[in-house]
Amino acid sequence: MSLKAFHIAFVTASVLLLLVLSGWCFGNFRADGAISQAVWGSVCLVAIGGMLVYGRYFLRKFKNISYL
Amino acid sequence: MEIPYTVKPRPDTGLYNAKVGIWLFLASEVMLFGAFFSAYILLRVGAPEGFWPDVATGWPHGLLNIPIGTFNTAVLIASSVTVVMAWAALKENNFPKFQKFMVFTVACALGFLTIKTFEYNEKFTHYVVRLKDGSAVTGHLNVDGHSPRFWTLQDVEEKKIEALKVEVDVPNKFRFPVGMKIPEAVHEAHKAGKHHEEKEFKVADIASLKAFVPSTATFFAIYFTMTFLHGLHVLAGALVLGYFAFLGRKFWQQHPEQFTNRIEVAGLFWHFVDLVWIFLFPVVYLL
Repeated sequence: MSLKAFHIAFVTASVLLLLVLSGWCFGNFRADGAISQAVWGSVCLVAIGGMLVYGRYFLRKFKNISYL
Repeated sequence: MEIPYTVKPRPDTGLYNAKVGIWLFLASEVMLFGAFFSAYILLRVGAPEGFWPDVATGWPHGLLNIPIGTFNTAVLIASSVTVVMAWAALKENNFPKFQKFMVFTVACALGFLTIKTFEYNEKFTHYVVRLKDGSAVTGHLNVDGHSPRFWTLQDVEEKKIEALKVEVDVPNKFRFPVGMKIPEAVHEAHKAGKHHEEKEFKVADIASLKAFVPSTATFFAIYFTMTFLHGLHVLAGALVLGYFAFLGRKFWQQHPEQFTNRIEVAGLFWHFVDLVWIFLFPVVYLL
Protein backbone atom coordinates (compact mmCIF):
# COMPACT_ATOMS: atom_id res chain seq x y z
CA MET A 1 0.00 0.00 0.00
CA SER A 2 1.49 3.35 -1.02
CA LEU A 3 1.47 6.57 0.99
CA LYS A 4 -1.35 7.72 -1.29
CA ALA A 5 -3.61 4.81 -0.25
CA PHE A 6 -2.67 5.15 3.43
CA HIS A 7 -3.38 8.89 3.31
CA ILE A 8 -6.87 8.20 1.95
CA ALA A 9 -7.46 5.73 4.82
CA PHE A 10 -6.14 8.38 7.24
CA VAL A 11 -8.45 11.09 5.90
CA THR A 12 -11.38 8.65 6.17
CA ALA A 13 -10.47 7.90 9.80
CA SER A 14 -10.21 11.63 10.51
CA VAL A 15 -13.68 12.23 9.07
CA LEU A 16 -15.06 9.41 11.25
CA LEU A 17 -13.35 10.90 14.32
CA LEU A 18 -14.90 14.30 13.54
CA LEU A 19 -18.31 12.62 13.23
CA VAL A 20 -17.86 11.02 16.68
CA LEU A 21 -16.70 14.33 18.15
CA SER A 22 -19.59 16.23 16.66
CA GLY A 23 -22.04 13.58 17.94
CA TRP A 24 -20.46 13.86 21.39
CA CYS A 25 -20.85 17.67 21.38
CA PHE A 26 -24.47 17.56 20.15
CA GLY A 27 -25.20 14.84 22.74
CA ASN A 28 -23.96 17.20 25.47
CA PHE A 29 -26.04 20.02 23.95
CA ARG A 30 -29.18 17.86 23.99
CA ALA A 31 -28.58 16.80 27.57
CA ASP A 32 -27.78 20.21 28.92
CA GLY A 33 -28.68 22.91 26.37
CA ALA A 34 -25.19 24.46 26.53
CA ILE A 35 -24.83 26.60 23.38
CA SER A 36 -21.03 26.23 23.38
CA GLN A 37 -21.44 22.48 22.80
CA ALA A 38 -23.71 23.10 19.80
CA VAL A 39 -21.15 25.56 18.40
CA TRP A 40 -18.32 23.02 18.75
CA GLY A 41 -20.51 20.33 17.19
CA SER A 42 -21.12 22.64 14.22
CA VAL A 43 -17.39 23.43 13.95
CA CYS A 44 -16.78 19.67 13.66
CA LEU A 45 -19.36 19.42 10.87
CA VAL A 46 -17.67 22.28 9.00
CA ALA A 47 -14.33 20.51 9.49
CA ILE A 48 -15.83 17.35 7.98
CA GLY A 49 -16.83 19.42 4.93
CA GLY A 50 -13.28 20.77 4.77
CA MET A 51 -11.79 17.27 4.94
CA LEU A 52 -14.07 16.05 2.14
CA VAL A 53 -13.08 18.99 -0.08
CA TYR A 54 -9.42 18.28 0.71
CA GLY A 55 -9.92 14.57 -0.06
CA ARG A 56 -11.25 15.43 -3.51
CA TYR A 57 -8.33 17.81 -4.15
CA PHE A 58 -5.90 15.13 -3.01
CA LEU A 59 -7.38 12.47 -5.30
CA ARG A 60 -7.09 14.79 -8.28
CA LYS A 61 -3.52 15.85 -7.43
CA PHE A 62 -2.34 12.25 -6.96
CA LYS A 63 -4.33 10.61 -9.79
CA ASN A 64 -1.15 9.43 -11.55
CA ILE A 65 0.37 7.76 -8.47
CA SER A 66 -0.23 4.07 -7.78
CA TYR A 67 -2.23 2.78 -4.80
CA LEU A 68 0.34 0.01 -4.38
CA MET B 1 28.08 -3.59 -2.90
CA GLU B 2 24.84 -2.10 -4.16
CA ILE B 3 21.69 -2.64 -2.12
CA PRO B 4 19.10 -4.15 -4.46
CA TYR B 5 15.56 -2.92 -5.06
CA THR B 6 15.85 0.49 -3.39
CA VAL B 7 14.14 2.11 -6.39
CA LYS B 8 12.80 -0.57 -8.72
CA PRO B 9 10.14 -2.99 -7.47
CA ARG B 10 11.26 -6.50 -6.59
CA PRO B 11 9.62 -8.90 -9.08
CA ASP B 12 8.11 -11.28 -6.50
CA THR B 13 6.60 -8.63 -4.18
CA GLY B 14 5.94 -5.90 -6.72
CA LEU B 15 7.30 -3.36 -4.24
CA TYR B 16 10.71 -1.85 -3.47
CA ASN B 17 12.27 -3.46 -0.41
CA ALA B 18 11.95 -0.56 2.03
CA LYS B 19 8.18 -0.49 1.54
CA VAL B 20 7.88 -4.19 2.39
CA GLY B 21 10.13 -3.56 5.39
CA ILE B 22 8.13 -0.64 6.76
CA TRP B 23 4.85 -2.56 6.44
CA LEU B 24 6.31 -5.51 8.35
CA PHE B 25 7.48 -3.06 11.03
CA LEU B 26 4.07 -1.36 11.12
CA ALA B 27 2.41 -4.77 11.50
CA SER B 28 4.49 -5.33 14.66
CA GLU B 29 3.51 -1.85 15.84
CA VAL B 30 -0.17 -2.68 15.32
CA MET B 31 0.32 -5.67 17.62
CA LEU B 32 2.05 -3.51 20.24
CA PHE B 33 -0.58 -0.76 20.31
CA GLY B 34 -3.37 -3.31 19.79
CA ALA B 35 -2.34 -5.02 23.02
CA PHE B 36 -2.49 -1.70 24.90
CA PHE B 37 -5.88 -0.79 23.41
CA SER B 38 -7.20 -4.24 24.39
CA ALA B 39 -5.81 -3.78 27.90
CA TYR B 40 -7.44 -0.35 28.14
CA ILE B 41 -10.85 -1.65 27.05
CA LEU B 42 -10.71 -4.62 29.44
CA LEU B 43 -9.68 -2.40 32.35
CA ARG B 44 -12.38 0.12 31.46
CA VAL B 45 -15.26 -2.36 31.21
CA GLY B 46 -13.97 -4.25 34.27
CA ALA B 47 -13.81 -1.13 36.46
CA PRO B 48 -16.33 -1.22 39.33
CA GLU B 49 -19.33 1.09 39.30
CA GLY B 50 -18.86 4.36 41.09
CA PHE B 51 -17.73 7.91 40.54
CA TRP B 52 -14.00 8.23 41.09
CA PRO B 53 -12.53 9.34 43.49
CA ASP B 54 -15.40 8.71 45.93
CA VAL B 55 -15.00 5.05 45.12
CA ALA B 56 -11.28 4.31 45.15
CA THR B 57 -11.46 1.83 42.30
CA GLY B 58 -14.00 3.65 40.08
CA TRP B 59 -12.99 5.00 36.67
CA PRO B 60 -12.03 8.71 36.58
CA HIS B 61 -14.09 10.99 34.33
CA GLY B 62 -13.48 14.50 33.11
CA LEU B 63 -9.87 14.81 34.25
CA LEU B 64 -8.34 15.27 30.80
CA ASN B 65 -8.51 18.55 28.92
CA ILE B 66 -10.67 17.82 25.85
CA PRO B 67 -10.13 21.18 24.03
CA ILE B 68 -6.34 20.74 24.29
CA GLY B 69 -6.61 17.10 23.18
CA THR B 70 -8.74 18.20 20.20
CA PHE B 71 -6.24 20.90 19.28
CA ASN B 72 -3.41 18.35 19.42
CA THR B 73 -5.45 16.04 17.15
CA ALA B 74 -5.82 18.87 14.63
CA VAL B 75 -2.05 19.50 14.80
CA LEU B 76 -1.32 15.85 13.95
CA ILE B 77 -3.89 15.75 11.13
CA ALA B 78 -2.27 18.90 9.65
CA SER B 79 1.16 17.26 9.90
CA SER B 80 -0.07 14.22 7.96
CA VAL B 81 -1.31 16.50 5.18
CA THR B 82 2.02 18.31 4.98
CA VAL B 83 4.11 15.13 5.01
CA VAL B 84 2.20 13.81 2.00
CA MET B 85 2.58 17.21 0.29
CA ALA B 86 6.33 17.05 0.95
CA TRP B 87 6.42 13.68 -0.82
CA ALA B 88 4.41 15.14 -3.72
CA ALA B 89 6.90 18.04 -3.97
CA LEU B 90 9.72 15.51 -4.47
CA LYS B 91 7.72 13.78 -7.20
CA GLU B 92 7.62 17.23 -8.87
CA ASN B 93 11.43 17.56 -8.40
CA ASN B 94 10.93 20.57 -6.15
CA PHE B 95 13.29 20.19 -3.18
CA PRO B 96 12.76 23.69 -1.63
CA LYS B 97 8.99 23.05 -1.55
CA PHE B 98 9.65 19.64 0.03
CA GLN B 99 11.77 21.30 2.71
CA LYS B 100 9.06 23.84 3.56
CA PHE B 101 6.40 21.16 4.00
CA MET B 102 8.75 18.92 5.96
CA VAL B 103 9.84 21.71 8.32
CA PHE B 104 6.16 22.46 8.97
CA THR B 105 5.59 18.75 9.72
CA VAL B 106 8.46 18.69 12.21
CA ALA B 107 7.16 21.91 13.80
CA CYS B 108 3.75 20.23 14.23
CA ALA B 109 5.41 17.21 15.86
CA LEU B 110 7.34 19.40 18.28
CA GLY B 111 4.20 21.48 18.95
CA PHE B 112 2.30 18.30 19.79
CA LEU B 113 5.02 17.19 22.22
CA THR B 114 5.21 20.63 23.85
CA ILE B 115 1.46 20.68 24.45
CA LYS B 116 1.60 17.12 25.80
CA THR B 117 4.36 18.18 28.20
CA PHE B 118 2.11 20.95 29.57
CA GLU B 119 -0.73 18.43 29.90
CA TYR B 120 1.52 16.03 31.84
CA ASN B 121 2.76 18.83 34.09
CA GLU B 122 -0.85 19.77 34.86
CA LYS B 123 -1.46 16.17 35.97
CA PHE B 124 1.65 16.11 38.18
CA THR B 125 0.35 19.17 40.11
CA HIS B 126 -3.20 17.78 40.39
CA TYR B 127 -4.05 15.67 43.45
CA VAL B 128 -6.55 13.26 44.90
CA VAL B 129 -7.00 13.88 48.61
CA ARG B 130 -8.53 10.96 50.52
CA LEU B 131 -9.85 11.74 53.97
CA LYS B 132 -10.01 9.42 56.96
CA ASP B 133 -13.84 9.49 56.86
CA GLY B 134 -13.68 7.64 53.50
CA SER B 135 -14.54 10.59 51.24
CA ALA B 136 -12.20 12.02 48.62
CA VAL B 137 -11.77 15.13 46.47
CA THR B 138 -9.54 16.12 43.55
CA GLY B 139 -7.89 19.47 42.99
CA HIS B 140 -4.72 21.54 43.02
CA LEU B 141 -2.93 22.26 46.27
CA ASN B 142 -2.37 25.85 47.25
CA VAL B 143 1.00 26.01 48.98
CA ASP B 144 2.23 29.61 49.04
CA GLY B 145 0.27 30.35 45.86
CA HIS B 146 1.38 27.38 43.77
CA SER B 147 0.68 23.67 43.48
CA PRO B 148 3.84 21.56 43.96
CA ARG B 149 4.57 18.44 41.91
CA PHE B 150 4.52 14.83 43.16
CA TRP B 151 3.81 15.61 46.81
CA THR B 152 2.68 12.89 49.21
CA LEU B 153 1.30 13.15 52.73
CA GLN B 154 4.84 12.54 53.97
CA ASP B 155 6.05 15.77 52.25
CA VAL B 156 3.24 17.74 53.92
CA GLU B 157 4.08 16.30 57.33
CA GLU B 158 7.82 16.91 56.88
CA LYS B 159 7.10 20.57 56.14
CA LYS B 160 5.01 20.71 59.34
CA ILE B 161 1.94 22.02 57.51
CA GLU B 162 -1.13 21.65 59.75
CA ALA B 163 -3.89 22.59 57.32
CA LEU B 164 -3.77 22.03 53.56
CA LYS B 165 -5.52 24.44 51.19
CA VAL B 166 -6.98 22.66 48.13
CA GLU B 167 -8.62 24.21 45.04
CA VAL B 168 -11.24 21.45 44.90
CA ASP B 169 -12.52 20.61 41.38
CA VAL B 170 -16.20 21.02 40.62
CA PRO B 171 -16.89 17.83 38.60
CA ASN B 172 -17.35 18.43 34.87
CA LYS B 173 -21.05 17.85 34.28
CA PHE B 174 -20.49 16.62 30.72
CA ARG B 175 -18.38 13.75 31.99
CA PHE B 176 -20.68 12.06 34.47
CA PRO B 177 -21.09 8.35 33.70
CA VAL B 178 -24.19 7.54 31.63
CA GLY B 179 -27.23 7.07 33.88
CA MET B 180 -25.70 8.79 36.89
CA LYS B 181 -27.74 11.75 38.18
CA ILE B 182 -25.79 15.00 38.18
CA PRO B 183 -26.08 16.67 41.62
CA GLU B 184 -27.92 20.02 41.66
CA ALA B 185 -24.86 21.67 43.27
CA VAL B 186 -22.80 20.79 40.19
CA HIS B 187 -25.43 22.37 37.88
CA GLU B 188 -25.45 25.51 40.02
CA ALA B 189 -21.65 25.75 40.08
CA HIS B 190 -21.49 25.42 36.28
CA LYS B 191 -24.17 28.07 35.81
CA ALA B 192 -22.10 30.39 37.98
CA GLY B 193 -19.01 29.52 35.89
CA LYS B 194 -17.30 28.10 38.97
CA HIS B 195 -14.78 25.33 38.31
CA HIS B 196 -12.97 25.30 41.66
CA GLU B 197 -13.80 25.85 45.26
CA GLU B 198 -11.09 26.54 47.83
CA LYS B 199 -11.28 24.29 50.88
CA GLU B 200 -8.97 23.73 53.82
CA PHE B 201 -8.33 20.27 55.26
CA LYS B 202 -6.62 19.49 58.54
CA VAL B 203 -3.60 17.32 57.76
CA ALA B 204 -4.60 15.06 60.66
CA ASP B 205 -7.86 14.26 58.78
CA ILE B 206 -6.11 13.28 55.53
CA ALA B 207 -5.55 9.58 54.91
CA SER B 208 -3.54 9.94 51.68
CA LEU B 209 -2.39 12.53 49.18
CA LYS B 210 -1.39 11.51 45.68
CA ALA B 211 -0.64 13.43 42.48
CA PHE B 212 -2.15 12.18 39.21
CA VAL B 213 0.68 9.75 38.47
CA PRO B 214 0.52 6.16 37.17
CA SER B 215 0.43 4.63 40.67
CA THR B 216 -2.60 6.74 41.71
CA ALA B 217 -5.23 4.91 39.66
CA THR B 218 -5.48 2.26 36.97
CA PHE B 219 -6.74 4.94 34.59
CA PHE B 220 -3.57 7.01 35.00
CA ALA B 221 -1.36 3.93 34.66
CA ILE B 222 -2.82 3.05 31.25
CA TYR B 223 -3.20 6.72 30.20
CA PHE B 224 0.45 7.56 30.84
CA THR B 225 1.70 4.27 29.36
CA MET B 226 -0.21 4.68 26.11
CA THR B 227 0.31 8.41 25.61
CA PHE B 228 4.00 8.23 26.58
CA LEU B 229 4.59 5.35 24.17
CA HIS B 230 2.81 7.33 21.47
CA GLY B 231 4.86 10.42 22.38
CA LEU B 232 8.08 8.43 21.93
CA HIS B 233 6.90 7.49 18.44
CA VAL B 234 6.17 11.15 17.66
CA LEU B 235 9.66 12.09 18.87
CA ALA B 236 11.27 9.33 16.78
CA GLY B 237 9.27 10.42 13.73
CA ALA B 238 10.23 14.07 14.25
CA LEU B 239 13.93 13.14 14.41
CA VAL B 240 13.76 11.12 11.17
CA LEU B 241 11.69 13.72 9.30
CA GLY B 242 13.92 16.52 10.64
CA TYR B 243 17.02 14.64 9.42
CA PHE B 244 15.55 14.40 5.90
CA ALA B 245 14.42 18.04 5.93
CA PHE B 246 17.69 19.57 7.09
CA LEU B 247 20.36 17.10 5.96
CA GLY B 248 18.78 15.41 2.96
CA ARG B 249 19.81 17.78 0.16
CA LYS B 250 23.05 15.95 -0.77
CA PHE B 251 21.36 12.56 -0.87
CA TRP B 252 18.53 14.02 -2.93
CA GLN B 253 21.03 15.41 -5.48
CA GLN B 254 22.82 12.06 -5.78
CA HIS B 255 19.86 9.63 -5.65
CA PRO B 256 16.58 11.51 -6.15
CA GLU B 257 14.38 8.43 -6.68
CA GLN B 258 15.77 6.58 -3.66
CA PHE B 259 15.37 9.70 -1.52
CA THR B 260 11.74 10.06 -2.66
CA ASN B 261 11.11 6.44 -1.66
CA ARG B 262 12.67 7.05 1.75
CA ILE B 263 10.31 9.97 2.26
CA GLU B 264 7.37 7.74 1.32
CA VAL B 265 8.47 5.16 3.90
CA ALA B 266 8.95 7.85 6.57
CA GLY B 267 5.53 9.25 5.60
CA LEU B 268 3.95 5.81 6.10
CA PHE B 269 5.42 5.64 9.61
CA TRP B 270 4.22 9.17 10.34
CA HIS B 271 0.71 8.35 9.15
CA PHE B 272 0.67 5.29 11.39
CA VAL B 273 1.69 7.38 14.42
CA ASP B 274 -1.07 9.90 13.64
CA LEU B 275 -3.61 7.13 13.08
CA VAL B 276 -2.83 5.71 16.53
CA TRP B 277 -3.66 9.13 18.01
CA ILE B 278 -6.92 9.26 16.00
CA PHE B 279 -7.98 6.13 17.95
CA LEU B 280 -6.30 7.07 21.23
CA PHE B 281 -7.96 10.49 21.52
CA PRO B 282 -11.63 9.38 21.60
CA VAL B 283 -10.88 6.27 23.69
CA VAL B 284 -8.94 8.07 26.42
CA TYR B 285 -10.46 11.58 26.36
CA LEU B 286 -14.10 11.05 25.41
CA LEU B 287 -15.22 7.59 26.57
